[in-house]
Parts: sequence; structure tokens; C-alpha cells
Amino acid sequence: MTVSEIPPTPPPGTPPPPPPGRPISKPETAEPVTPELEAASRRAEARRGFFIALPSFIYLVLLFVVPLLLVFVYSFATRDATGQTVLEGWNLDSYRRLFSAEVLEIFLRSLLLATVTTAICLALSYPFAFYIATRGPRVRNILLVLVMIPFWSNFLVRTYAWRVILGSEGPLSQISQALGGEPFRLLFTNVAVLIGLVYGFMPFMVLPLYAALERMDWHLVEAARDLYADGWTAFRKVTLPLSMPGVVAGSILVFIPSLGAYVTPALLGGARTVLMGDYIVSQFLAARNWPFGSALSFAVMFVMLVATIFYFRAGAKTL
Amino acid sequence: MNEGTTPGGFAQRLLGLNAWLVFLFFYAPIVLLIVFSFNDNNNVGIWTEASFRWYGEMFQDDRVMGALRNSLVVALFATIVSTVLGTMLAIALERYRFRGRGTLDGIAYLPIIIPDVTMAVMLLIFFFQAFGILDDLLGINLTSGLLTITLAHIAFCISFVAVVVRARLSQLDSSLEEAAADLYANRWQAFRKVTLPLIAPGVAGGALLALTLSLDDVVVTQFVSGAGSTTLPVYVFGLVRRGVTPLINAVSTVMLVASMVLVAISLGFQRGAEARGQRLADPEALLEEISATES
Repeated sequence: MTVSEIPPTPPPGTPPPPPPGRPISKPETAEPVTPELEAASRRAEARRGFFIALPSFIYLVLLFVVPLLLVFVYSFATRDATGQTVLEGWNLDSYRRLFSAEVLEIFLRSLLLATVTTAICLALSYPFAFYIATRGPRVRNILLVLVMIPFWSNFLVRTYAWRVILGSEGPLSQISQALGGEPFRLLFTNVAVLIGLVYGFMPFMVLPLYAALERMDWHLVEAARDLYADGWTAFRKVTLPLSMPGVVAGSILVFIPSLGAYVTPALLGGARTVLMGDYIVSQFLAARNWPFGSALSFAVMFVMLVATIFYFRAGAKTL
Repeated sequence: MNEGTTPGGFAQRLLGLNAWLVFLFFYAPIVLLIVFSFNDNNNVGIWTEASFRWYGEMFQDDRVMGALRNSLVVALFATIVSTVLGTMLAIALERYRFRGRGTLDGIAYLPIIIPDVTMAVMLLIFFFQAFGILDDLLGINLTSGLLTITLAHIAFCISFVAVVVRARLSQLDSSLEEAAADLYANRWQAFRKVTLPLIAPGVAGGALLALTLSLDDVVVTQFVSGAGSTTLPVYVFGLVRRGVTPLINAVSTVMLVASMVLVAISLGFQRGAEARGQRLADPEALLEEISATES
């Protein structure tokens, strides 16, 4: 197992795994086994598998599936005079409010920032991953470790570091003032949030790209060159299509958390840079409008699902 | 790699330049934060002289230390439970066929793709409802606290552990387990003597990932924690929103160093696993090792 194979997060919607191997302890016997016996042993094996999975199954149903359904139910609920959610008087008001100008503005801003973040991450990470994948094994492993360290480092702390850097007392501001310029005013803007998102999620792009490029059969590129393709053509016609799974996986892994980001806009953004993530949080912790917050959560999940499916389709077409 | 497959001189230099710039982008903020945590000045941006002053204040700050203790307790329990459950889930999904396997497979991946804000909202409503029902039916009056935080962390860690262990399991040849069965090992023996040692690096990797996720989580924890039960990241998050202080720099540096230690441990595990893997691939070395242990 090489460094790259600690899957930090697997590509979402990973295609179903290959059919599992033979059950652990079905001994291969040379003697003919009666069909009944074989069926019975298969049933016993299935029962055993089911019981091994059962504790996690119960846990995930109780603390994941049930909560998911609860959010769905809450999104149709109403609130009483004190703002408490009451589970009656079911209505679609929360969903109707999704189309208000305020929500659409926040949603479009989130969509734009997530898209730009994904594009920047891809543009920086592809050549970067390509560079790492084309080094010798020793250098490659060292470089990979250097990528893994920020990946495993605390996200909050990494975002906080940018608050220090971009702040009015931060080093950038001081340099600019020392050169006779204005103090820096980047913090609490969309640009600051964008920098934070790119910084926070870029490792999610680098690792799948690297994995795809490293697995690639480089003889195919050689073959293309032998057939008089120039370097650029060989890259465009061979390397790029072959690394497409990495591009798709990396883009999804960056796009989804960017769209739902909360910590980054909360620390680096201001009142005019509210994104979907902090808008949802404010509905629960400040406005106490749980039905509307639930509807927002569902809308975000729906968009992510559509984007993921669309992207997978598009990625599959290029293969 | 061979001549002709990699880009030539100029493109190569551009690639190298990009790589160094990306590394600079990755590390400059981290290094800067660490350097500034040793700054003696009350003001974050103005460098006076190096000192451990803020580290001293950090260790004397009861709230920071309390939050740290909470974080460690939650992370310990969440890691243990999710590692056991996640490993069992991985084995069941990878090695057995049973009714409902497909559904479970889907459910097991969902917590990984769902954004943490949504997960937080889900669990907030869930605990609110669950407490209401418990109070109505049994008269038990529960509130959010370390228990709810731990339960929530386990919920999202199980999936990550399962994915890591599964990746390891899928690389293994199930014939080794069959061989153990042929040699009259019972199911438990085959698991303990063959499967478990082989997937150990995966289990360790999964456990470390769970530990990291639990120690880092802000959003979900913020939603399911009650009064007086904050973890360190939630406490720091609250402080940071009010402004930047040198004390936060010191706490952040400690958190960074802790994650780096975890990476180092995880890489160490992998090295060991790789070395063992190579021994298995080399029959002569394996024979030598076996005869050495027998004598």
C-alpha cells in the first residue's frame, strides 16, 4: 500500500465494488455436495454476514436514516407564535420561500464560489499531480507525504491561518503599508472566502488526480509519440482522457464541500458573503426557523445529487 | 518513465515551478501561524520577541483545558466504537452476500458525501425529538452533552473506517482465508490468525482517520453539544469569530502539531505494512522467517 492509498474520502458514488469473493470459510471440497446442503450452507453464510453487519446497520439507520427522514418531515412543519416548530399544519411555505430573492442570491453566490473554487483547484492541481506522478519513486513518496500533511491537518486551524494573514494587522497588510500603500482590505470579502475554500479543499483534488495519473499505463503515451503525435496532442488524446476518473472524483470532492461550506465563510466572509452553509446554520442557531432550515438543507442535498450525477455522466462520456 | 513520455525542457520547468508554488501555498500559512504563536506581543501582527508566553497562558486557561479534555474523551470513545463497528461493516460488505447488502452499501456511503452542515441539522433535530420521546415515555430527562457529541461522531466515523478497511480487504486474496479453513482453522481462528493481521494496517488507518475526524469536527459538534460541553475546536471557533488573539495561535499550533503526529503514526503503520507485504511476496524470505521463528 502506498501513501496515496489511504483513502481520505472515497470518491462519492463509487461504483459498486466487484462481487465479493467466496465467503470466508466455504471449504473447497472435491466431493460432490448435494444441492440442499450447498443451499443450506449458503443460507447460513448469508445469515452470518447479516449478523456481522447488523450493529452498524442499526446504528446508521437510527442516527442517519431516521434523522434524514426527520429533516424531511420538519421541512413541511409550521411554527407557533414563539417560533417553536409544531409538527402539524403541514404546508409548503418553506419550499416556496426557497424561491425568494434573498435565498436565490445566496444560492447563486454559493454556486458561483463553489464552481470557481473547483475550477481553480483543478487548474492548479492537475499540473501539480502530473509533476508528482512523473517523479522517480523516492522523490514521489516524499512529495506525497508533503501533500498528506496539510490534508490531515486541522481544517479550522488552516482556515484561521488565513484570517491572520489577510487581517488588517496581518503580514500582507504590513508589507503593503511599509511600501506606502493602503492597509489590506481583503478579509470579509468574497475573494477571502474563495482563497479559504481553495486552500481548504485543494488536497481533495490533488489526491484523486495523482491516483489516476499514477495508475496510468505510460506506454500508451509512448505509443502515441511513436505514431508521430506531438507532446501536446499525446497529452490531449491519451493522458487527459485516461486521467478523467481522477478529474471527476476530485471535482466532486471539492465542489460538494465548497457548496455546503460553513467554517470558511464564517471565519473569512462578512455579512455580504453569506453562503448556503452559514445561511442554513443561522436558520437553526439564530433565527430558530427549523422548517425553513430543513427545506434549505434538502434543497442543497438535491443540487449536490444532481451535480454529482451530471458530472459522472459527463465524465463517463469523455472516456 | 521514459524519454518522450514526459514533457520537454520548458514545459518541465513550468511544471516544477507550479509544484513549488503550490507547496508554498500549502505551507506558508501553517509556518506563519506557528511562528506567530511564539510572538510575545499582545498584538498578533506586531513581532516583538520570541517567547513561550502564550503557551503558558494556554495551559493555565481552565476553559481551554476543559475543552481539550472533552475533545480527548469524545475522540477516544468515538474512535474505539466506530473502529469496531466500521471494521465489522467492511467485512460483512466485502466478504458476504446477504439480503439487504445493497441497501446497506448505499447507506454506508451516504454520510461521507453529505455535507457536514446537513449532518449537523439532521442530528440536532434527531436528538431534540429523541429527548422529547424519552421524556414523555419514560420520564428520563436528558440534555445534550458529551454523550450526544460522541454518538454523533460515531455516526459519521463508521463510514470512513469501513471505506478504509474495505480498501485493504479488497486487495487481499481471499484464498489465504480459504487455506486456513482447509487447515482446519475454525472461523474465529481463521479471522484472528489470518484476516485480522492482514487487515491490521487498514484497521489502524481507519482508526486514525476516525480519531482525526473526531478531533477536528466543528459543525456537527456545535449543533449537538449542550451548555458546558464544548470540545476544543468548537471553543476555538467561538473565539476566532470574535477576533484573532495570540492565545488562539498557540492553541492552533498545538492542534496542528497533534494532527502532524497522527500523520506520522499513520505513515509509520503503512511502512510496516508495506514491508510485511514485500515479505509475503518473497517466498524465500518468508521461509527463512518461518524457520527462524520455529527454531
